Amino acid sequence: MNFDLSDEQKMLAEQARGLLAERVPFDRLRQLIDAHAEWDEPLWRELGSMGFLGANIPEEHGGLGLSELDLAMISQELGRANAAIPFASSIVLAADAIRLAGSDAQKAEWLPKLATGEVVGCFAYAEGPGDLLGSRVRFDQGKLTGTKHPVADAGVATIAVVQVGEALALARLSQPAVTRTRLDSFDQLRPHFRLQFTGAEAELLPRSGQIATLFDRAAAQAAFEAVGAAEACLHMARDYAMERQMFGRPLAGYQAIKHKLADLAVAVEMARSNAFYAGWAAADAHDELPAAAAAARLTAISAFEMGARENLQVHGGIGYTFEANCHFYYRRERTHAVALGNREHWAERLIANTPGSQTSKMSRGAA
Amino acid sequence: MDFNESPAEAAFRAEATAWLAANAPRHEIPEGVMLDDVEEVVRGRAWQRALYDGGYAGITVPKTLGGRGGTGIEAVIFAEEEARYNLPKGPYIGIGLGMALPVIGKHGTPEQIAAYAEKTLKGELTWCQLFSEPSAGSDLANLRAKAVRDGDSWIVNGQKVWSSWAHRSDMGILVVRTDATVPKHKGLTFFVVDMKTPGIHIRPIRQISGASDFNETFFSDVGIPDANRIGGVGEGWACCMTVLMGERLNQGGERGGIETLIAYAEATPRGSGTALDSGSVRLALAQALAEEQASKSFQARLRTMVSRGENPGALAGMVKLAFARRYQQASGLALELRGLDAMAPAEGDARTREIQHDYIWSTVIRIAGGADEVLRNQIAERVLGMPGEVRMDKDVPFEQLK
Repeated sequence: MNFDLSDEQKMLAEQARGLLAERVPFDRLRQLIDAHAEWDEPLWRELGSMGFLGANIPEEHGGLGLSELDLAMISQELGRANAAIPFASSIVLAADAIRLAGSDAQKAEWLPKLATGEVVGCFAYAEGPGDLLGSRVRFDQGKLTGTKHPVADAGVATIAVVQVGEALALARLSQPAVTRTRLDSFDQLRPHFRLQFTGAEAELLPRSGQIATLFDRAAAQAAFEAVGAAEACLHMARDYAMERQMFGRPLAGYQAIKHKLADLAVAVEMARSNAFYAGWAAADAHDELPAAAAAARLTAISAFEMGARENLQVHGGIGYTFEANCHFYYRRERTHAVALGNREHWAERLIANTPGSQTSKMSRGAA
Repeated sequence: MDFNESPAEAAFRAEATAWLAANAPRHEIPEGVMLDDVEEVVRGRAWQRALYDGGYAGITVPKTLGGRGGTGIEAVIFAEEEARYNLPKGPYIGIGLGMALPVIGKHGTPEQIAAYAEKTLKGELTWCQLFSEPSAGSDLANLRAKAVRDGDSWIVNGQKVWSSWAHRSDMGILVVRTDATVPKHKGLTFFVVDMKTPGIHIRPIRQISGASDFNETFFSDVGIPDANRIGGVGEGWACCMTVLMGERLNQGGERGGIETLIAYAEATPRGSGTALDSGSVRLALAQALAEEQASKSFQARLRTMVSRGENPGALAGMVKLAFARRYQQASGLALELRGLDAMAPAEGDARTREIQHDYIWSTVIRIAGGADEVLRNQIAERVLGMPGEVRMDKDVPFEQLK
């Protein structure tokens, strides 16, 4: 058994972590918020030119042809850095949707441009409060009608993959029949939009029935993103507590703080373990993916939730200031908790896919 | 990332599987048969002897002690294969192999190793652990049982508690205070003691479960030869640490699987459907199931470390910490979703009785072998590098402590 990342994967993560630490110091995030920016465009361009964006896009379509677990290294580090780029929207969702459901022509047209970051895609599914997937947008004779909202990163996107019932449609956003309105977004580093389609030109992605798989695959990536972010919260809280003096000794010496952070460390390691399994299943064991992705999603939401909340709590009053760095994660965490489906949704998916398979594999040892 | 074993590991598994298939079935306890504790120890000794003869007793025990001298991962593989059979294995064997042997091997003299190692591996000696006392649990070094030197012997007086299977053990590993004038960790000395020595009285503890797995053990002027002392006078704490490190690595939970609780919810009527139709029940069980899967994958990560020869250290405590909490919460939830019937199930409802037992037993899991709070401290200090606890008693002679 080798249930660990490969040396190459660890190197990829380190490389991404090093680059992001340099390019995205927290002051950079503050600057983007103050500028009301829609994204960190220079970072996106740089990651594109270095090949990070096309990590798991097949080589025939201009990517590096790496696995989902390799891609997850980038997701994890983007989560840790809280980077303001449309990676999840464009790569994890839009490109993957085209890859799963698109025609050869659609793949040939869009994947190479998505892989370099030249084209940004977004993925539109919600239609206001309530259900994960909307039900009112219509596709009829090549035209899209209706409203999708909120849609992450639609402002900087060239194309949208739009969920219409059980189908997926692809639309260019620069046409007159599409109106984009930026919404006041809770996560200041991930702006959301309203997309109104008034008979907009669109084409279907021909392979139907891929939405659940798309979400499972995205859930595995989101789990890594959340693990990276939760670990950032854990380390930020620990470092602050080590430095902060209280009643003549470091805050970190008090059991109330030690036990809180020990619990968080357990939650992070457990979430990471489930993410490993989901990443592995996405790459190598597709029939185990639904349960693995659901479990990864549930534990990742919990770990990041605890991390975002308790990190701010450990900081005390300073944590409530814009100058401290807790708030980036505190807001991003809620975006995570609801994007791709909330806990309730993934609990349903896990119960519906009760995973005898993992248990048997673990106890079987040899595959 | 893969679940394949290395060729050497796969070869070992094949060898172990074949040996077990040839030897284990006749030692199995048939389904539904409950042995009394005397008979269980007899069977347990016999199986341990079979393991010894087959070369599988004490897989990680060094060859110099008579063990196999194998790797940690081989021990894991063998335990997995062995667990496919319902074999008599209890603390009476486990304490000897997992605690007594390591401490004797590391701190004992050649004479002591010769006297105890082989007999323990063969199942000829069973052991109990005489560490905890009424006022020394998580704070073990606060123990009060004392030994006073008397020529070539020591005279021991005091009380030990939570000694599993002491009433059926040949020998005990014992830590007592031999010097109260020095700080508490420094005045301890470690012994092995023959449990038939006059002056030892064992009284079973009536537990909240109704069973009596644990005992109180009283020492009244018990004479122990100095030859039974393991390590130097005053070096008992180092011996205890050797024992307790072994204890932490051996834990994990098998009981209380969440999938069976999902089935239980599905078998519990509610309205025109079942309890599993309830959104809150589904959410709680799914969360528990996700955590259980995480623990399995986490153990696979630890196992990968062990297979590389790395020591997971305090990370291993995370498994138990997470399990204990989940075990209590999930069994408690299961009783709740069942409704009042869970409090007095019908005569044939064995499942509900098992869940009741899980709910009672989970309290032990949260305390024994490193209480939740102790494990949290260890994780904070050893994994996260946070400061150790403030100790008021560290440099104070034991006799001056309140």
